[in-house]
Amino acid sequence: MHEASITESILSLALSKAQEAGAKKITRVNLVLGELSGVVGECLQMYFEVLAQNTIAASAVLSFETKPTTLKCRKCAKVFLPADHNWACPDCREANVEIISGRECHIESIEVD
Amino acid sequence: MTVKVITVGEKVLVANDVRARENKSRLDKQRILTINIMSSPGAGKTSLILNTIKHLKNKTRIAVIEGDVASSVDAEKVNAVGIPVIQINTAGGCHLDANMVAPALDGLPLEKTDLLFIENVGNLICTNNYTLGEDKRVMIASLPEGDDKPYKYPAMFADSDVVLLNKIDLQPYLDFNVNSFRKVVTGLNPDVIIFPVSCKTGEGMADWLAWLERAVRDKKKR
Repeated sequence: MHEASITESILSLALSKAQEAGAKKITRVNLVLGELSGVVGECLQMYFEVLAQNTIAASAVLSFETKPTTLKCRKCAKVFLPADHNWACPDCREANVEIISGRECHIESIEVD
Repeated sequence: MTVKVITVGEKVLVANDVRARENKSRLDKQRILTINIMSSPGAGKTSLILNTIKHLKNKTRIAVIEGDVASSVDAEKVNAVGIPVIQINTAGGCHLDANMVAPALDGLPLEKTDLLFIENVGNLICTNNYTLGEDKRVMIASLPEGDDKPYKYPAMFADSDVVLLNKIDLQPYLDFNVNSFRKVVTGLNPDVIIFPVSCKTGEGMADWLAWLERAVRDKKKR
């Protein structure tokens, strides 16, 4: 359900950046979404098509770069991608980890005419 | 037609963060300790608030904002014990955001409040992504949910200042491994404070209440 409100935020941020730049049309919104962001990209596109009607972003495409969950061991500093349900460091076996990537939810750039 | 790329590099929820800072500055002026309470549905958010009110209401001025998808069941329970409460219905929305909290603050006697609980919508997926203007984030995990929840919702646990492990009285009946739960949660979040409690029997509540009272006092001093 929260994809609708996330999409509203994406649209309003994109529109304000396009307006600042004096753009007439937004053709693409480049988003970065982490695996842990809890946001489903396909849903965003669907809501975007509805919400962006009658705006300069009406025909814009949402493009997603997905960031995998990346952890860093606090003991030995090893950076690794966790296997499902196993967040222990592959080197020292400690489950003492910092999430260094995977929570992203931001607009990298917009493409305008 | 030339395509131009405009670099944005901003969080999608930047507007929420701005609004949350406005809420926070308003609450800071009144020196109100504000606690955002998050959990899955049924973990015991309202029970914790009611139990805490029972112990502290004679010495601390408490107010509550109740967030729910629908109904005012929880707000009525808080109102029944004589505490100012505002209900927010999100009409299907799965989290509270700073924009919903702002008008709720208008309806509370902030000048007569020391401690504000904001009970979020029961949901472990996204509530932590929306700051509301709180000082502390308190998450409730409960034994019947299972000890694997930190693996499934790691960001929730990583973002919490306090984790209350509720329904600890059910331990003899469940396979919940408290030690492995502790290990995973503190691995994700070394600064977290974990209080095993039972809102039903009162077990462990004294430690939580002591932490809370100290935090209320610290906020007054600031």
